[in-house]
Amino acid sequence: MRHRVLAGVVAAVAAVAIAVTSAQAGEKQANKRFKQMLERGKVVVGVKADYKPWGFRDPSGKLVGMEIDLAQDVADTLGVDLELVPVQSSNRMQFLQQGKIDLMIATMSDRSDRRKVVGIVDPNYYTSGTNVLARKGAVKSWEDLRGKPVCGKQGAFYNKIVAQRYGAKIIAFVGNAEAKQALRDGKCIAWVYDDSSIMSDLSSGDWDGYEMPLPSEDDNPWGLAVPLEELNGIWGRFMSGMVYYWHASGRLIELEKKWGIQPTDYLKRMNKKFAYEHGHLK
Amino acid sequence: MFDLISDFFRTLYEETGWNFVIFYEEYEWSRFVDAIWVSLKLIAASLIFSVLVGVIGAWAQGSPMRWLRLVMAGYIQFFRNTPPYVQLLFFYFVVGNLTPKVDMGGYYEPLIDSFGWAVISLSFFAGAFNVEIFRAGIEAVPTATREAAESLGYTRLKAYLYIILPLAFRVSLPALNNNLVNLVKTTTQAYAIAVPEMLYTLNQVWSDNVNVEEMMIVLFIYYVGLVAILVWGMHRWEKAMRVPGYG
Repeated sequence: MRHRVLAGVVAAVAAVAIAVTSAQAGEKQANKRFKQMLERGKVVVGVKADYKPWGFRDPSGKLVGMEIDLAQDVADTLGVDLELVPVQSSNRMQFLQQGKIDLMIATMSDRSDRRKVVGIVDPNYYTSGTNVLARKGAVKSWEDLRGKPVCGKQGAFYNKIVAQRYGAKIIAFVGNAEAKQALRDGKCIAWVYDDSSIMSDLSSGDWDGYEMPLPSEDDNPWGLAVPLEELNGIWGRFMSGMVYYWHASGRLIELEKKWGIQPTDYLKRMNKKFAYEHGHLK
Repeated sequence: MFDLISDFFRTLYEETGWNFVIFYEEYEWSRFVDAIWVSLKLIAASLIFSVLVGVIGAWAQGSPMRWLRLVMAGYIQFFRNTPPYVQLLFFYFVVGNLTPKVDMGGYYEPLIDSFGWAVISLSFFAGAFNVEIFRAGIEAVPTATREAAESLGYTRLKAYLYIILPLAFRVSLPALNNNLVNLVKTTTQAYAIAVPEMLYTLNQVWSDNVNVEEMMIVLFIYYVGLVAILVWGMHRWEKAMRVPGYG
């Protein structure tokens, strides 16, 4: 009898010990990538290379843009070097999953199905809506797109929305350059994309005779992402803090101005919401 | 068909997380079915035209007219020495802008759409190889056979059609088979000019639904199946056309 009790106690202790060690192992697992990053002294960030002015190449071939500035901020705060990896809309989440990048700041809309795949960090850092670029006078309402060819970029989720909601015939190309060339060639009536990106195209002066005629649809907050298993570890919490700080300090508004992006209400609203009231210190 | 499988694949997704969305969501299913049609039409058209280009080209290559031979040599050099992907973009964006189009108010309806350019580009690409394949076959036809045809009063064209080509074709079939298999796989590159074939469609599906692995599997099975059918057909044809004692 005593032996049995003893055996039971030993088994229980062993079970607890195993549970504790495996919990610790789980925790270690959760911060693996973060620690690796510090050890190698370098953070690898996936950014866009074809999305002016968020991420693009300057004439010397260097990656620059608003999101590259944000990535630099992260590296500076961590005190490590920055390595930039250009990603595409269609492969950016896989890059993060497979460990090719530690962090993704790549104009990604925050959507619930994506949250299941990568660790999208709260709060969002930007927002945009869907709109079209078209020849002046060609399009007056979203309904005008019905049955007409509309150019888009492969992998963008609003292709499906515009096709389903307004019956547009989407012609999607591999890159934006091809899609915009197709619009110029008159292969489609409009190019459907982010209003933010269209705005910057219009302001570049290359698109005289074109306009963004429609009210933007579908507010899409953008999320930056860490590997899913790191979301609740140091890395995810750290990035949450970074985004909060960017909002509260006005850094995002400042960068918006620097890169010539049309000021959005969203950033102003977030700045007001997050800026801490220091009145009690006076 | 859709009603039969949709329940199974919906349950599969809910139970295991394997998201074959094209088999249980009406909209995605219709996209998938359209993609099958487009890719089959693209493959069929490219196969037929590329073989025609090969047959006509091989004849032109042996022409006594020097300028025709030079044109053929130029054509083969151009299409064999450039990547098919670049050819597609070149035809669609450069040549496509030089062809007539109809103003539809805000956009133009082109005479030849992206599907048409894909067929033209892929046919000429594979055709350039087919010309060389048929040439090898023609050279394998003994000179004595050719001379026999000539002495019987056949003209060059008639001798080619009734004597040389039927023999050359049999010799060329294994190599042709190879090239056509390659062509079937190359049709996926038409996604570069937005032809809604299988790769284009599934790429959009996996971007919308974040199910790259599942759609990759579908893509692989689809092309393995298509190529298997083509190879099986070509082998049957090879057997049926075998001349006992020849080759």
